[in-house]
Amino acid sequence: MTQQPIDKDLFRVVGVNEDDSDKLAKKSVSFWKEVFIRFSHNKMAIAGLVILAIIILMAITVPMFSQYKYSDQLGVYNSPPSAQFWFGTDDLGRDIFVRIWAGARISLFIGITAALIDLIIGVLWGSVSGLAGGRVDNIMMRIADVLTAVPYLLVVIVLLVVMQPGIVPMIIALSITGWINMARIVRGEVLSIKNQEYVLAARTLGASTGHLIMKHLIPNALGAILVTMTLTIPSAIFTESFLSYLGLGVPAPRASWGTMASDGNKAIADYPWRLIFPAVFISLTIFAFNAIGDGLRDALDPKLRK
Amino acid sequence: MINYILKRLMYILLALFVIVTVTFFLMRLAPGSPFANERNFPPQIEEKLNETYGLNNPWYIQYKDYLIDTATFNFGESMKYKARSTNDMIAESFPVSLTLGIEAMLLAIGFGVLIGVISALYHNKFPDYLATSIAVLGISVPSFILAGLMQYFLAYKLDIFPTAGWNGFIYSILPALAIAFSHAGFIAKLTRSSMLEQNSSDYVKMARAKGLGKWTVVFRHTLRNALLPVVTYLGPLTAGVVTGSFIVEQIFAVPGLGKHFVQSITNRDYTVIMGTTVFYSIILLFAVFIVDILYSIIDPRIKLKGAKK
Amino acid sequence: MNKNKKFFLLALLAAFSLVLAACGFGGDKGTDTKPTTDGDNKESSGKKELNVVVASEPPSLHPQLATDTTSGAVLNEVFEGLTRLDKDTVPQKAMAEDWEVSEDGLTYTFTLRDAKWSNGDPVVAGDFAYSWEWALNPDNMSEYAALLYPIKGAEAYNNGKGSADDLGIEVKDDKTLVVTLENPTAYFLELTAFKTYAPLNQKVVEANEDWYANAGEQFVTNGPFKLADWKHNASITLEKNEDYWDADNVKLEKVNIGMVEGESTAVTMFKKGEIDFLGSPFQTVALDSIDAFRSEGKLNIADKAGVYWYKLNTKDKVMANENIRRALTLAMDRQGLIDNVLKGEQTPALGMVPTVIKGFEEDRGYFKDNDIEEAKKALEAGLKELGLAKASDLTIAISYNTSEAHASVAQYIQESWSKNLGINTTLDNSEWQVYLEKVNMGDYQVGRMGWIADYNDAYTFLEMYATAENGNNDTGWENPKYKELIEASNKEVDAEKRIQILKDAEAIAMKELPVAPIYYYTDPSVVSERVTGMEADILGNFQLKNVDVK
Repeated sequence: MTQQPIDKDLFRVVGVNEDDSDKLAKKSVSFWKEVFIRFSHNKMAIAGLVILAIIILMAITVPMFSQYKYSDQLGVYNSPPSAQFWFGTDDLGRDIFVRIWAGARISLFIGITAALIDLIIGVLWGSVSGLAGGRVDNIMMRIADVLTAVPYLLVVIVLLVVMQPGIVPMIIALSITGWINMARIVRGEVLSIKNQEYVLAARTLGASTGHLIMKHLIPNALGAILVTMTLTIPSAIFTESFLSYLGLGVPAPRASWGTMASDGNKAIADYPWRLIFPAVFISLTIFAFNAIGDGLRDALDPKLRK
Repeated sequence: MINYILKRLMYILLALFVIVTVTFFLMRLAPGSPFANERNFPPQIEEKLNETYGLNNPWYIQYKDYLIDTATFNFGESMKYKARSTNDMIAESFPVSLTLGIEAMLLAIGFGVLIGVISALYHNKFPDYLATSIAVLGISVPSFILAGLMQYFLAYKLDIFPTAGWNGFIYSILPALAIAFSHAGFIAKLTRSSMLEQNSSDYVKMARAKGLGKWTVVFRHTLRNALLPVVTYLGPLTAGVVTGSFIVEQIFAVPGLGKHFVQSITNRDYTVIMGTTVFYSIILLFAVFIVDILYSIIDPRIKLKGAKK
Repeated sequence: MNKNKKFFLLALLAAFSLVLAACGFGGDKGTDTKPTTDGDNKESSGKKELNVVVASEPPSLHPQLATDTTSGAVLNEVFEGLTRLDKDTVPQKAMAEDWEVSEDGLTYTFTLRDAKWSNGDPVVAGDFAYSWEWALNPDNMSEYAALLYPIKGAEAYNNGKGSADDLGIEVKDDKTLVVTLENPTAYFLELTAFKTYAPLNQKVVEANEDWYANAGEQFVTNGPFKLADWKHNASITLEKNEDYWDADNVKLEKVNIGMVEGESTAVTMFKKGEIDFLGSPFQTVALDSIDAFRSEGKLNIADKAGVYWYKLNTKDKVMANENIRRALTLAMDRQGLIDNVLKGEQTPALGMVPTVIKGFEEDRGYFKDNDIEEAKKALEAGLKELGLAKASDLTIAISYNTSEAHASVAQYIQESWSKNLGINTTLDNSEWQVYLEKVNMGDYQVGRMGWIADYNDAYTFLEMYATAENGNNDTGWENPKYKELIEASNKEVDAEKRIQILKDAEAIAMKELPVAPIYYYTDPSVVSERVTGMEADILGNFQLKNVDVK
């Protein structure tokens, strides 16, 4: 390609308007405000937020104001949903509606707490491991492997020898292995991000490891982190029902969604409402968390700016 | 590379050693005994049983025995299933779980990636909502509920599939679907999210600007980079899936390996616990290893080095 | 280049998985054990097959080593002892053609019939002597050897204190077996039908130590069926033994026993016609399906000699109080529990010995079901003795091993105690092994247990409480008078007097209540219309030799 000579006459001086130079084309908004605006424009995310708010509200109020307690045996066994029992009754004649909202307290608390703990440990472990590389990476990831491979059931049984059943040992049991998935995925993301130019640039400018993790790696791995988190919540809810089986969870007659669903599962054919209601509320909750997570991801992603 | 592989193998051995050690002490701490029964039997018989299976020995002798067992891959006879060797039990049931697992993995990856890609391409449009809903359903409905529902409707009500058992390909469809569904949901979400990140990358915009079709860009450029987090997840997942799922095996009466992981522990069948744990560990450690190698193939920017400097 | 490599890798992977897939399914293709869905096709195929499932892989198909009901169900069909029980648990002639009992009830002389092992060897008296000695030999670690203790010298030999030569087992000739007992054991003939008393073919067993690990040539049996196939964790196939002495009366040609752990799966299989029978020991009718089967008129209920009880730990500070134990025992609405939760038409247990046991058919009147008034009185007295002001100061923990049924029972009783007595009740569930250890160590207050008879005699339900040391007692309770009576029952030859002695013993225990009986078991079952003769005795045994299919 040969250089075309440019005619100077094509250009003219327009001068500089000093007043305009400070003006921005767009109204200035802070980062978080913009995130908020983008989030609030996301219909799915708002729907998720509303669903979650309703569920939490119900979980707080229903057990307080209902005429029955979750443990009351009302003498009407396996009754289908009716005007008196909105969600029917279970095999011991207890009102499923009340049990659902009493169970929501347990399941939501456990799901969210476990997810947060997994998030913190997983993200730190994964990013440090991925960033450090070499021997540190190898050792940290093999520790994760060991925890995955050691029989979980046995760990929980031994945990029960040392601790009394309750919420705290339950959270511990959930956190022993819960963070590993998160750590692996974050590490994978970090591995692919850390050699990119902007990270190298930051490094050469003398950025500390902490700064790198917080400012560059985590924001860019956010999508994967949020997605993994939305998986942690249902898995915590269901692991909880498994732990109840071992006697670690909340003792009967209290029941979480997970235990209600696994009990109801055996009754699909004859008393389907015992499965349907807990299962639907678990799904709704997970859906809400997912929608919120996706909305957050989109809102926080600087590249998706319009 | 060779250097790296050798180093990794060293770490695998080390991890295996730690796993055996931890498992051994957990077994000793857990209450119960392989011979405990609702009906007590004479103490002298119990004594004899403990002696025969070496449970009377001091812990360091037992520990040494387990280490030797692991090193020689000979875990001895089951304490619950009389005259059956742990190795036989694994050898019989692993092929079943492996077959089912591979089927489930193919389904999970196929559907997961497909749904994820569709979802990302039509970001915040109807196909995205639909795909996301399916994925969320997959994540939030656990396999045991799905398995029960499928068995009731597809096998019983509609009579399309056999209820339970393991007598040919048709028997494997429902259990494979039950296992695959939730993993597919998660893979879809993961693919979607990382596709979205890639879609806003300059190279994708460039490719689109060059006039390449949507799908061409996906297969030529985006997918390859977007799959990295998915691959991360796949390694340990594969190890878990091919070694069987207790609940799905139970519901569909599949004679797989999954049940041994749980039953050996509830039976306190120490030899089988150790055997299955070591077996699973080896598969897991190698799966993770392979994933790390795959990283460098998929993303040449990642360099695998034995040490950093 | 790079791309080609990847393709090659992928192709390799695909090929690899296909090959594996082929292996995985292939294992089962050789022999077709698939249960036929269509019942009507049976006649045309000319084979009389019965399809059932069991809940798990039998842990051991060695008659002297097996302890569980699943193994027992299979062993009962492939082996045969001196006697075989009929539907009313009356011992019938089996390997023994005849027997004589001495006046003092101590010597049994069995005459064997001409019977053959499945490998053609004759079944001889020595086979019985061999297997019984084998079971009692402490080196063989038979956990059920105690069932042979009525035989003279058996306990001593099994304890390592006696020798095999002193055993009361004498082989007169190939056809005559003389057994001397320690005490006149009224139920000895029933015992000889039990799996632990089955014969072993000495030659075969000694040739291959692990003969019982797999089906095959070496698995030599003498029962109505042969073990034709055993796919571990998947299925067992029994085939009619043509050499069986009573083969003419065995109608079934094949029994396909699948292994299906999921209760609701088994129910679905039954509804779909894939299996012909559902009920212990061939899986169980899931609790949630009982009502539906009943409303269709399909549900059968068979009595079973078993009791479900709450052990009350008398070594516990609170539970040591007899009045408290009494209050708890009385304040249980057993009938309500049975009607609403258990649904199996069980009988409320108001004593320790099930009403199906010989001589115990009548209610002995120890206490009334759901007697709240008396319970309140007892509680008041108990609280006073404990120095507690009011009922709500008392907290009792019910322990059980995790299972939906046990949880339901515990929650039902918890509600009844808190409503009627006003005490606090906590529930404590744990995994089976942990639970067993807890109960054995006395680390509980109220603990669930069940007891199912191995033989039709009250002794099996009462003997365990004779001493606190007995491994099955678990309650720490003992009473010298009770112990005396139990021992006296062993010596008594007169059947009626013996039953009275046992009743007297039961009365003592039911006054002091180391255990709160809840209900006597039943076995709910459903059977397909094409099957006849599928009837269990009260011990839960089936005799498949009497079963026929249309």
